[in-house]
Amino acid sequence: MNVQVEQKIAFSILFLCTLLVVVPVLIILVIIFVKGAGALNLGFLFEMPTNGMTEGGIFPAILGTLYLVLGALFFAVPLGVLSAIYLVEYSQETVLSRIVKLAIVNLAGVPSVVYGLFGLGIFVLFLGFGASILSGSLTLGIMILPVIITSSREALESVPQSFRIVSLSLGASKWQTIRHSVLPHALPGILTGTILGIGRAAGETAPILFTVAAFYLPKLPQSMFDQTMALPYHLYVISTQVPGIPETIRYGTALVLLLLVLIMNLAAIILRYQFRRRKKW
Amino acid sequence: MVGAKAPKFSIQDFTIHFGNVAALKNLTLDIFCNEIFTIIGPANSGKSSLLQSLNRLNDLNAAYRKSGKILLDGTNIDELEVESLRKRVSIVFALPFPLPLSIFDNIAYGPRMHGIKNKAKLAGIVENSLRESYLWDEVKDRLHIPAMNLSGGQQQRLCIARILAVEPEVIMFDEPTSGLDPISTARVEETLRVLKERYTIILVTNNVAQAARVGDRTAFVLMGELVELNETKRLFTTAVDKRTDDYITGKFG
Repeated sequence: MNVQVEQKIAFSILFLCTLLVVVPVLIILVIIFVKGAGALNLGFLFEMPTNGMTEGGIFPAILGTLYLVLGALFFAVPLGVLSAIYLVEYSQETVLSRIVKLAIVNLAGVPSVVYGLFGLGIFVLFLGFGASILSGSLTLGIMILPVIITSSREALESVPQSFRIVSLSLGASKWQTIRHSVLPHALPGILTGTILGIGRAAGETAPILFTVAAFYLPKLPQSMFDQTMALPYHLYVISTQVPGIPETIRYGTALVLLLLVLIMNLAAIILRYQFRRRKKW
Repeated sequence: MVGAKAPKFSIQDFTIHFGNVAALKNLTLDIFCNEIFTIIGPANSGKSSLLQSLNRLNDLNAAYRKSGKILLDGTNIDELEVESLRKRVSIVFALPFPLPLSIFDNIAYGPRMHGIKNKAKLAGIVENSLRESYLWDEVKDRLHIPAMNLSGGQQQRLCIARILAVEPEVIMFDEPTSGLDPISTARVEETLRVLKERYTIILVTNNVAQAARVGDRTAFVLMGELVELNETKRLFTTAVDKRTDDYITGKFG
């Protein structure tokens, strides 16, 4: 067969596959946007739900999801980044370290409902935090930990070995080398992991189902030991559990969840861009 | 000069293995202050392994095993704190490895790691180091551009400046001109001759002519063994061992 024809066929197939991935995403986005945009106004965003959630806003759910995402990041990012540093820079290649690495990769594949049950067992019951923002954040944190460790490891491993050797050969200590010649260059990759973590922590329903999410609360949470409403669970509730919720509110809630994740991702992407611009190799 | 006869480095019956492979066998030699000590020999004869043992960079390699002793000013290097050893014994690699920082920050990196924070002082160190490596005039107006934008020869002199900034006692060059054009090579060699006034220089080179041009004493290493060590002029005129003669006249290697 003619080389040119062959190439065209190959390109067409690759392009079609890409299209196949992109189109459904676009359709979902468009449907949610068209059906939900009507609900979006300041009142919807910043008011409490009223009249059995059939009217009013979804402010408590938005705030709850923000709390949970920030809480999950607060636990998972330092722990994940530090353990990635340990695994890449310090640990020797032993059977144990290989098992640990394998376990981390496998953790990423554990179904989220299992994390929910784990959180219920450990944080809610055993440690006695009850169904609370603290329990929910910890559970979500554990869930996104593997994502953050894996991407941080990849980011650290992609820093050229020569940077470490040069730094050490100038008499810098190992920690100085990591701090000044490795970590700064790994930050964009670490932020990518954080972005993925944000998306998962904000969107998952199962892990918060048993650990924090409330069906309906008349007032906002006062401390991290309180329950809270959260967007994904709220969406589930108003879509399947309570009859008679107007469609615009349901799609509006989905749209808000989507926008919230996008905005948080955007913030992290801008931050990552700032770091990348400083990258000079 | 006081103590000119006391060796800077005294290498005693030193053997290196990487895994089961011997890289260097029972090497014994002394290196003195203010000389350019040149090591020649074909690839894989253990030259670079020796350099990386002298400042213990080999310690990073999990397969590295050694026996014998290396003394720096009479002290076993294993008893020194590794950071201070590497500050005293610096290395310039075959390929220039600028850090992904500006020219200024590359050179200030070492001093900063050793606790110098004062900006004026750092600026002074950077200027001096660049002058000593003959790079100052070429970069003085653009110290804050990325070091990676410099040409290969300039990058190599930047790496020399970066080392001078930590005020070492010994500077080791591992084939520093293997990637450079003849003019850049001449500049680096010129720098070596000036530097030996104040530092001990160890130069590993694949280029026999380079050893002849700049070396005070030259050691010929083959398959991990020291074949011959002598004043460079003597080695190149009246080599005792036939293998040395063959190598420097280009009959093998």
